[in-house]
Amino acid sequence: MADMQDPIIRIENICKTYPGGVQAVNNVSLNVNRGEFFALLGPSGCGKTTLLRMMAGFEIPTSGTLLIDGQNMADVQPNKRPVNMVFQSYAVFPHMSVAQNVGYGLKIEGRPKKEIAERVQEALDLVKLGHLGGRMPDELSGGQRQRVALARALIKRPSVLLLDEPLSALDAKLREAMQIELVRLQKTVGITFVIVTHDQDEALSMANRIAVMEQGVVKQIAGPAELYESPNCRFVADFIGKINLFDGQAKANGNGKTLVETPVLGKVEFGGDANGPVSLGVRPEKVRVSREKPSGNLLAAQGPVTDIAYYGGYSKVFVDIGAKEPVLADITNAERSMGPGFENGEKLWVSWRAEDTLVLTS
Amino acid sequence: MEHWRKSAGAFWAGFLPPTLWLLAFFFVPLSLIWAFSFGEKSGIIDIDLVWTFENYARALEPLYLGIFAKSLWMATITTFICLLVGFPVAIGIVFAPPKMRMWLLLLVILPFWTNLLIRTYALIAVLRTRGHVNFALEWMWDHANSFLTLIGLGSFSLLGERFEPLQMLYNNTAVVIGLVYVGLPFMVLPLYAALDRLDRSYIEASLDLGAGHIRTFWSVVVPLALPGIASGIVITFIPTLGSFLTPDLLGGPDSQMIANVIERQFKSANHWPFGSALSFLLMYATFFGLAVRALMSRNEQRGIR
Ligand SMILES: Nc1ncnc2c1ncn2[C@@H]1O[C@H](COP(=O)(O)OP(=O)(O)O)[C@@H](O)[C@H]1O
Ligand SMILES: [Mg+2]
Repeated sequence: MADMQDPIIRIENICKTYPGGVQAVNNVSLNVNRGEFFALLGPSGCGKTTLLRMMAGFEIPTSGTLLIDGQNMADVQPNKRPVNMVFQSYAVFPHMSVAQNVGYGLKIEGRPKKEIAERVQEALDLVKLGHLGGRMPDELSGGQRQRVALARALIKRPSVLLLDEPLSALDAKLREAMQIELVRLQKTVGITFVIVTHDQDEALSMANRIAVMEQGVVKQIAGPAELYESPNCRFVADFIGKINLFDGQAKANGNGKTLVETPVLGKVEFGGDANGPVSLGVRPEKVRVSREKPSGNLLAAQGPVTDIAYYGGYSKVFVDIGAKEPVLADITNAERSMGPGFENGEKLWVSWRAEDTLVLTS
Repeated sequence: MEHWRKSAGAFWAGFLPPTLWLLAFFFVPLSLIWAFSFGEKSGIIDIDLVWTFENYARALEPLYLGIFAKSLWMATITTFICLLVGFPVAIGIVFAPPKMRMWLLLLVILPFWTNLLIRTYALIAVLRTRGHVNFALEWMWDHANSFLTLIGLGSFSLLGERFEPLQMLYNNTAVVIGLVYVGLPFMVLPLYAALDRLDRSYIEASLDLGAGHIRTFWSVVVPLALPGIASGIVITFIPTLGSFLTPDLLGGPDSQMIANVIERQFKSANHWPFGSALSFLLMYATFFGLAVRALMSRNEQRGIR
């Protein structure tokens, strides 16, 4: 799907090795489509910021090409690129008022005073700071300062807005509100957003597409649902949401079927042809828990309950079926019956459908 | 801060020596000088304390006011040159690779470890008629001449009959060069501290918003480094204003600064009351500078707040 549209950012085989010898980005290729909300997701230190800073022009790729809007960025200085950035620290100039901060980019462009004043007001209204133009940055809260940084970047009408962990400095409540706000903003202005985050919930809830990175390498690029339901490797499966994993051995039978044998689940047949060590995975909410042995085309195993954690709307039930770790099942508390109704130590069956099972070869 | 009251002994042990030291070696001599400045010379070494303003009146005569003005002017030029030279140096150090930074800072501090007198004589060796600068110039002159001969222009003496060494010593320029040399570390260090504190993302944000490097320098780096710039100016200006060794050794007859006059009053002229009055006037001028700086930083804080 991505290749069908015309990408605004095209990254081909980009590598970045820092002078100290750290290889922060390793042969990354990806496209960002016009108008989409794209997220770079990965654990701390995996190279997200480095990749974003290469797009902004603050780091020079060791090798590879970067095209923005069809133009090769190799010799384009940061101040000449059609992108703007919201810094993790916001970098709101402390010696300028809010309005001066927001108008800075236009002043550099040499726009007339009147136009600057109008567009500053417009940009401040957009981020709901319309009444605070005269304030100095240290009279603002963290959330407000971030909005100033947003307005300051958006007023330049960039082709792409780059955001480095924009929500990480905010408290949980504000963060959730800002997630919604950012999505609204992106829809309003129609500008492509590339956001860096280490928070999978943030990426899943905001982005159209997500690139999951690990140690400088992009592991998978996909939409939120596809990432969650069809991760292509253990790392992505484990990083996005919770998953139960079972190690096993696969043997392809040559006609599009693979037999996977795991110590706790026995032999199960899947589509595809994999050979060698694999992991079977299943998401906790797809696991059913029952007292009686379930029937049908299911993967099932029995064991004692080791733990029950109650979360209000749902409960987490851990059942030890003899695998490395107890199986986690998320049980929706759909009825007013004081929890899931199981007890610690009780022997229970866990089961899930074969088609809900992931076969992970890497 | 309750505990030091409980162990009063320890407190006094820590507090008393420096206090006594300050009292004995700073306040007492200073008070004496202050008293002398209202005194009258009554013999070779006798001073009568008559509480006269005579010495101050004399200090305000055009001759001395002129030297005062000249000292202020020299200190101002020196400070300005130090700022002009020091800023790029400080920026260079801040943006140098971390390993280099240590060594560059050491280079800046190194002169502090050498006696001023030795440094000044070293400067004389560099600047004098038969000094290193003139040797270098002469070498270039010789080669330029050989080159001219080579291309057949040797007989026209285009560069003059002989090499004329530059007279770089014993004038005001030499004094300013010497003062800049002495004052530069005082300027570079506060500038370095201010620039080092400056968050790089401000610079990057400015570039990101379309500003070039020069624009970024003037609209972001300089305003944010302003406290460091002000400190550098004050810290360079004050010792420069009061310097006497550099103008004494490098200057000509018309290069004396106010501190030279003061020194003469205490030594060869042997007029302590007048020297004291001049000293205090110099000190008041310094206080005035510090007050301006304090006022500036108060406004700054108000501005940034
Ligand atoms: N300026 C730099 N010099 C040397 N190494 C760096 C620099 N910036 C980042 N790194 C290293 O590169 C790797 C990736 O860093 P970064 O891109 O900041 O990761 P992320 O944003 O995903 O946390 C890390 O190992 C980090 O230590
Ligand atoms: Mg980062």
